[in-house]
Amino acid sequence: MEFAPSFALVAPELLLIAAGLVLLLVAAWGGDKAARPMTIAAAAALFGAGFLLVPGLHFGIDGPATLAFGGLLKIDSFALFAKALIYLAAIGALVIAPAFFNSPAAGTERMMRAEYPVLVLFATVGMSIMVSANDFMSLYLGLELNSLSAYVLAAILRRDTRSGEAGLKYFVLGALASGILLYGMSLLYGFTGSTSFTAVRAGLTGEMGTGALFGVIFVLSGLAFKISAVPFHMWTPDVYEGAPTPVTAFFATAPKVAAVALTARVTFEVFGGQVAAWQQIVMFTALASIIFGALGAIGQENLKRLLAYSSINNIGFILLGLAVANQTGAAAMLVYLFIYVAMSLGSFVALLMLRSEDGGLYETFADIRGLSVTRPAIAWALLLFMFSLAGIPPLLGFFAKFVVFQATVEAGLVAFGAIAIAASVIGAFYYIKFVKVMFFDEPAGVVTGRSGTGHWALLFLTAAIISPLGYLLTPSLTDLADKAAASLFLAV
Amino acid sequence: MEGLPILSLMMLVPLAGALLCLFAGAAQARWIALGATLVTFAMGLALWSNYQIGGPQWQFTERAELFAGFSYALGIDGIALLLIMLSVFLMPICILASWDAIQKRVGEYMAAFLFMEVLMIGTFAAQDLFLFYVFFEAGLIPMYLIIGVWGGDNRIYASYKFFLYTLLGSVLMLIAMFWMVAEAGTSDIPTLMQYDFPPEAQRWLWLAFFASFAVKVPMWPFHTWLPDAHVQAPTAGSVILAGVLLKLGGYGFIRFSLPMFPDASADFAWLVYILSMIAVVYTSLVALVQADMKKLIAYSSVAHMAIVTVGLFAFNVQGLEGAMIIMLSHGLVSGALFLCVGVIYDRLHTREIARYGGLAINMPYYALFFLLFTMASIGLPGTSGFVGEFLSLAGIYQTSSLVALISTTGIILGAAYMLYLYRRVAFGGQTNEDAAAMPDISAREWIMMAPIAAAVLWMGVYPESFLAPMRADIAVLDARIAAAAPASDAQLAPGTPRAEAANALPHQENADHAGGSQESAREGAH
Repeated sequence: MEFAPSFALVAPELLLIAAGLVLLLVAAWGGDKAARPMTIAAAAALFGAGFLLVPGLHFGIDGPATLAFGGLLKIDSFALFAKALIYLAAIGALVIAPAFFNSPAAGTERMMRAEYPVLVLFATVGMSIMVSANDFMSLYLGLELNSLSAYVLAAILRRDTRSGEAGLKYFVLGALASGILLYGMSLLYGFTGSTSFTAVRAGLTGEMGTGALFGVIFVLSGLAFKISAVPFHMWTPDVYEGAPTPVTAFFATAPKVAAVALTARVTFEVFGGQVAAWQQIVMFTALASIIFGALGAIGQENLKRLLAYSSINNIGFILLGLAVANQTGAAAMLVYLFIYVAMSLGSFVALLMLRSEDGGLYETFADIRGLSVTRPAIAWALLLFMFSLAGIPPLLGFFAKFVVFQATVEAGLVAFGAIAIAASVIGAFYYIKFVKVMFFDEPAGVVTGRSGTGHWALLFLTAAIISPLGYLLTPSLTDLADKAAASLFLAV
Repeated sequence: MEGLPILSLMMLVPLAGALLCLFAGAAQARWIALGATLVTFAMGLALWSNYQIGGPQWQFTERAELFAGFSYALGIDGIALLLIMLSVFLMPICILASWDAIQKRVGEYMAAFLFMEVLMIGTFAAQDLFLFYVFFEAGLIPMYLIIGVWGGDNRIYASYKFFLYTLLGSVLMLIAMFWMVAEAGTSDIPTLMQYDFPPEAQRWLWLAFFASFAVKVPMWPFHTWLPDAHVQAPTAGSVILAGVLLKLGGYGFIRFSLPMFPDASADFAWLVYILSMIAVVYTSLVALVQADMKKLIAYSSVAHMAIVTVGLFAFNVQGLEGAMIIMLSHGLVSGALFLCVGVIYDRLHTREIARYGGLAINMPYYALFFLLFTMASIGLPGTSGFVGEFLSLAGIYQTSSLVALISTTGIILGAAYMLYLYRRVAFGGQTNEDAAAMPDISAREWIMMAPIAAAVLWMGVYPESFLAPMRADIAVLDARIAAAAPASDAQLAPGTPRAEAANALPHQENADHAGGSQESAREGAH
């Protein structure tokens, strides 16, 4: 077998793996003192890997030329789009980390651990494999590489019990989900005789037997767990609250993108011939995520927990695009994903900037009372993020909802869209609570600490993206998303 | 003026002002805001003077294709022109009203108002369905902040209620818009106004739009956010809310519901009538027993807007013209009444009616203005309120005499609660010493009140200035909906006109007759 073309296709992953291994050695000998330069190196590696994606993204690649390693991986426009988004989110998670871990009041560690950038790199490689998987084996490989790194990341503050608890919960429930997924895969293998996406799809034509249907449902359930869609969402608030905030920011963005992209690929490419079998399941999950994500957030005092519910709510809207089950819906979903990453990353950065004089972190509503008086820049940025998450025009979050609902209505699912959009008003309730607390209440005056330039830069960047200026990005974003979605439907 | 994108400029000036205000100190922010609104008003005057009556239906059009089905399309007809004029006219007055009353976070406050102005102009000028929605909905953000940050004691409850009510109404409209665009293949409003949607679909679409506009207008029983929002908003916020934001609902009916879904509008006219009739009677009675001045005026707004909806769904020219005139008149009058409340609130910091009394003694000019606006609100002939209510009720009488009968009680009840309010505030003995010691209105307050008073009288004496620009547009709309108009229950049977007037006197003295005709000739020459 000729491997050179395959290696060329996975060049970004190779770069990341090489960087990860080198940094692992640096960490082994350099210790925690090297953490900061390592973080910079890891971000640079991610940036370089992202740069390698540009030609493919620009020209769009489809067809047999995208298959690597005998069809185990498929590096098409869709995979490239998802990877670009994952790398950007991972860079964001790296940029915000040192300032958090190096302030003693934040956790109980002395300083940032050198393993952090290495784990982020390996998780990113795992996600890269997930989104380009074309076989259930490579899918599982990528998923586990990502998950195992993520379990450790969640528990990286070793002396913080909340962090340890989050890591353990994430591990136990994640293992359960992996088990469900594996069981579904084994059923599908049993009924179709292959693990390759193409072969499974071919085996699933015509009338589907109960066993195969169970396989489909188990696979979807396992994936629903990874994207934290209702009813498999219970772990999310606990893990998001317990994990250190930069890690939470990472969890809310990159792995979400990867898992959503993977779900889209599996539903469209593997189960694409059996839309009737999964469309109603996805519709139910989408609606339930929107409604329970919104209801669960009401009454939360902890901001990280609230954002966890917000991410569940947003996954619901993303799944709307999936439920439409056509190319427009898939493109809308990808546009939403991009905007969602910007909004979540921005919100978490803003949370990271809520610090006391000695660097301790605040994370409840009571602490951000009257923030608009004491720290107007952070408050205004958070205001933009919250109104954007609520989907109020002219912010970019409106555009995300706009494309998704447009796809829904155009596909004829009018009643479904109407219920979903009415439920989004429940979500608006807690988003505007943020604004109420920051702008209407008397100042608590506890947020006094300074923030680093990295935080400010990321905050301004994400705020600029979701502000009306972000509409300037939408033509190219729409174009890329269309190309990516088209390559997903090429096989059909 | 051809080629100059005046509508865009009218939005750009306040936008630039808003951004400046965000970073300016309190004193500068006030002047920047006043300057920006005055420049916009001047451009509004230029817009009106360059508007060709009898020219093309859509004037000052601008168009730029954007992405994903959005296009930046602006353009106005006579209806939009008048509502834009109302907005830009009230805006400098709002800034003046907040001059001393707002002392905390002045820059942000002025910026919020200027953003509101941009969005209001945009809403009225938008010619693209989605562009309209963006402007329509974005107004939630500044209004939420205005009520929540600078409002009264119960401001948080009011701001939540305002935000969630209006949001829920609007999102359903968005779904309907998607469906319409998918069906008609365009988001261009003038095209959609002539597009015939299938009658069955029209009903759903109409209801979805109704959900949004009925909350905005507001119609009973969706009105409960209004008194809360009004009472808690600062004076200028109330002025904008009553003066312009409520008009968005009426504008929505006139621009979307009626021309786009004429059949459904006729089918659901009964619903509008019933809700409006309940609103007229119920909210007028509620207004009668209010102890809070702003709440009283807020309830009176609901009653007046109900006459607007009745006029709109009368399906004839008088009704439509009357509805438009009431919207303009109510924008001026209720805005002015809120200003009147604001004037004495600034002095005594209470809106409780019982704390005042006998203000005509120590504040004669104030009492004069207040009386004028009270009379205009009642609909005294010679003021703007009369013209609108008369036309509107004359219109609905042709369609349904019962609705006209019940709606007319609103005028009587309106006189009752407004005169009762006026008597308690301005007349009677001076029971409260602090109220009796209040100084009369200042020069700044004169500048706020006098232009509105002049406009109210102008509209009352010579409404033709306001009717002329929209006459052609109303005629187009009437032609569009005429086929669907519900059957009239008035059963007017035209009799044979008599040769002479009933009170004609037999011709005896030729000299008298000649004198009379000379007089009438002179009349005609005027």
